[in-house]
Amino acid sequence: MGLFTNMMPFATVSLEGAALLRVRALTVTYSTRNRQSAPALRRVSFDIAPGEILGILGESGSGKSTLALAILGLLPANCSVEGTILFQDEDLLQMDESRWREIRGAKISMIFQEPGLSLSPVMRVGDQIAEIIRAHRPGNGKTRKLECEAVLRGVRLSEVDRIYRAYPHQLSGGELHRVAIAQALACRPDLVIADESTRSLDVTVQAEVLNLLREINRKRGSALIFITHNPALLAGFADRVMVMYAGGIVEQGPTAQVFSRPLHPYTKGLLQLIPRSRNGTNLTSEGRLPVIPGSLPALNPSSRGCLFEPRCSVRTAHCQNESPGEVTPERGRRVSCFNYGN
Amino acid sequence: MGTEAVGRAIKPALVKARALCKRYVQRAPFSRKKFVIDALMDVDLEIALGCLTALVGESGSGKSTLASCLGILEKPDRGEIWFEGSKVSFANSRELTALRPKIQMVFQDSAGALNPRFSAAQIIEEPLEIQGRESGARLRARACELMEEVGLSPDAGNRSPLEFSGGQRQRLAIARALALKPTFLILDESLSGLDLATQAQILNLLLDLQTSHSLTYLLISHDLSLVGQVADFVAVMHHGKIVECGSRQQVFSAPQHAHTKELLASVGVVEAAFRTAQVGGGQ
Amino acid sequence: MKYLERRVIHGILLLIGVSVLCFLFSDLAPGSFFDEMKLNPQISSETVAALRSQYGLDKPLPVRYARWVESVLGGEWGYSFAYNSSVRSLLVVRARNTLLLTTLATLFSWLVAVPLGVWISNHPGKWYDRLSMGGTSLLLSVPELVLVFGLLYFAIRTHALPVGGMTSVGFDQLGLWGKTIDLVTHLIVPVTTLVLASLPVLVRHVRASMVEVLKLPFIQAARGHGIGPARLLFRYALPAAGNPLISLFGLSVAGLLSGSLLVEVITGWPGIGPLLLEASMSRDLYVVVGAVMSSTLFMVFGSLLADVMLVVVDPRIRVE
Repeated sequence: MGLFTNMMPFATVSLEGAALLRVRALTVTYSTRNRQSAPALRRVSFDIAPGEILGILGESGSGKSTLALAILGLLPANCSVEGTILFQDEDLLQMDESRWREIRGAKISMIFQEPGLSLSPVMRVGDQIAEIIRAHRPGNGKTRKLECEAVLRGVRLSEVDRIYRAYPHQLSGGELHRVAIAQALACRPDLVIADESTRSLDVTVQAEVLNLLREINRKRGSALIFITHNPALLAGFADRVMVMYAGGIVEQGPTAQVFSRPLHPYTKGLLQLIPRSRNGTNLTSEGRLPVIPGSLPALNPSSRGCLFEPRCSVRTAHCQNESPGEVTPERGRRVSCFNYGN
Repeated sequence: MGTEAVGRAIKPALVKARALCKRYVQRAPFSRKKFVIDALMDVDLEIALGCLTALVGESGSGKSTLASCLGILEKPDRGEIWFEGSKVSFANSRELTALRPKIQMVFQDSAGALNPRFSAAQIIEEPLEIQGRESGARLRARACELMEEVGLSPDAGNRSPLEFSGGQRQRLAIARALALKPTFLILDESLSGLDLATQAQILNLLLDLQTSHSLTYLLISHDLSLVGQVADFVAVMHHGKIVECGSRQQVFSAPQHAHTKELLASVGVVEAAFRTAQVGGGQ
Repeated sequence: MKYLERRVIHGILLLIGVSVLCFLFSDLAPGSFFDEMKLNPQISSETVAALRSQYGLDKPLPVRYARWVESVLGGEWGYSFAYNSSVRSLLVVRARNTLLLTTLATLFSWLVAVPLGVWISNHPGKWYDRLSMGGTSLLLSVPELVLVFGLLYFAIRTHALPVGGMTSVGFDQLGLWGKTIDLVTHLIVPVTTLVLASLPVLVRHVRASMVEVLKLPFIQAARGHGIGPARLLFRYALPAAGNPLISLFGLSVAGLLSGSLLVEVITGWPGIGPLLLEASMSRDLYVVVGAVMSSTLFMVFGSLLADVMLVVVDPRIRVE
């Protein structure tokens, strides 16, 4: 564990009042029999307040999906998990499976990637929502059906009857997506996690889904963790944004501040990628798109220094040997970089 | 940029499609009722030589059907396709066999399109071997060369494609498509499953290869924003028809069809929000 | 509906094909029912020839086949030389007994295989999974003949079960309850043999298709929505794993049917098995054809049932 001990002492949380979810030094390691294990998440710490929208930004392989699964307790058995995840002052990592089940779907729920694959192909869509209500609340078939229909109307699905009786293959991508959202909202959870859920959608549908999620967040006051690889989606949507790279958080802060003045070189690189379709272009002088050179490093336990160092434009000799701790350059913002702002 | 687009516009067309029609018929159970899906309705398209043409449309608009017709994987019900000035829609099988290496496709689900039992190098070697272009040690050398060209380390040649990341798999699929030295490359949603950062890298790779291999691209996507940045021409598909077609400049600055405007608006909203956030948080 | 219509037509074609093959093979086999009579000095060769022509055995094969088809359509199913009666009257009772045996065996083997397979699929690698896998391998390698002899040995040594037949002496004097008990005790040995013989394949298939389905994303998603383990297995996973299992159901009926012919002969169960054996030995041509045809009919019916179930269970097939 000697690798990451030189982190700065954890700064006190900038949010006033009680946090809904408090993640501290969460480290997840997948271990396989024939390979050296490397942490998929490295000492991740963050808070989410009730009713807040937190955007998590990162490429595939950055550990953002692992984080979502860890919060729901769905990591496979070959994972070792360290740290704490406090949800409403209860440590999720200390709970037994039956307590987990009471929380999953009822207090913390997830909108899964690819609704076409995360719905059973041989069950009616309505039954799949009713099953979730059945798992968490008393009632009989009739009351459950009424609740389901209310939930479906709540996600702006108009032909509730048709949708209720349909099988997944009979619905369009947008409809399936709304069903997936309805599943997550069925038991009025306090925290909803959306994992790359708008990736496969058409642009127009994607915009509708984002509006819907926001509206629900406002109306119900449920917090939302929205995981994506596209920073543009978070603008005007997420209250705060958290940028992940190679299993760690490199920067977090209020969306507007992070987007206007990114501190970490990786965040800067990501924001450069956003196209300018309307006014001009952001092509380089050679007519190429701006990119972050290189690719994610292969994670291995013996790597030293900052993991972004090989791709970094502001690296110094220092970066190779020591991994940067998290610092708080201004109120509400945190960044893990020695040369931030340069 | 404007003069350049005009300059490109007078380039001759590599591929021409005239009045393509394709209809799928599905019969409903328990009844004589039929579902008719008109995937292509009188589609006209010209793809300029040495240019990148983006074909944009929502899912179900018929863009993948058009791609497989142009890639001669499927036969249109009606209409004609010209490739390098000769008609292919009714070519006999011998002529088609001669034509196939020149037209290559790269698909979205590269994990599914690459045989997981083959190593990366074998995947590239396979088309070369089948066509009898190379053999023995030259075969492996050519595969390594191609891997290097698409930015993969030749050392990875012995690994299974499943060990690759999504972006690397897409590079591998491009390398295989390039193996037969095609002139026309169709990329059917090849970027869709990838991260924004990887999409940009792959697009840059395509632009580099375009000059070195004198390639013509048809890039199919449901997302206008990134593709629109690098395309020379943009065609918009909607309900089986091409509703708008023109240079990048024309389509972005003066869209004619309502659907194009809608697509641009939804892209614009997201981008505008981002620019606002960039400016707004600055104080 | 298209799909089922097609399956029914397949079934009918299969029955016609099997009947043609039966006739062809019986024609290729040497000898006929009346050949033995020729050895008997008391029966003149004229008598034998007269009998042959009376039953139409001197006619060419197509004519015999046409006559048989006519008789099938007339409800006779041909004529038994040995029993001197129509094949149908012989077969109906026998077929009923075989049907009873196979239905019970099918029912019990699936009733055991599905819960067992589902249970062990949930924790592959656990001790009970390994135990079940070991046990099924063992059963798979033991021939039915050994199984049935083992059970019979047990029955003889303990006197707990009747050794053969379908009913005890004095069955007719028993009341309804007594008759049922008597029948059940006679059923135990043959049904157990058949269940044990078909169980390993079924358990392994149930387990394998469940293990596949449990890896799918929608199972993970359901777990993420807080669905409990029992619901997850039986409400979500099992129906999704159903398709290959239902196809297997059709096959298992066929397997049990052929298995039951053997078991019937050994345990003296008055089904189609002993009749078929006896008729084949004595070249009682139409009985052989009739017995094979009724077995085929059961089989076709079993797979048709599987097809109907498939349509009911999987909504996607209804669309295709």
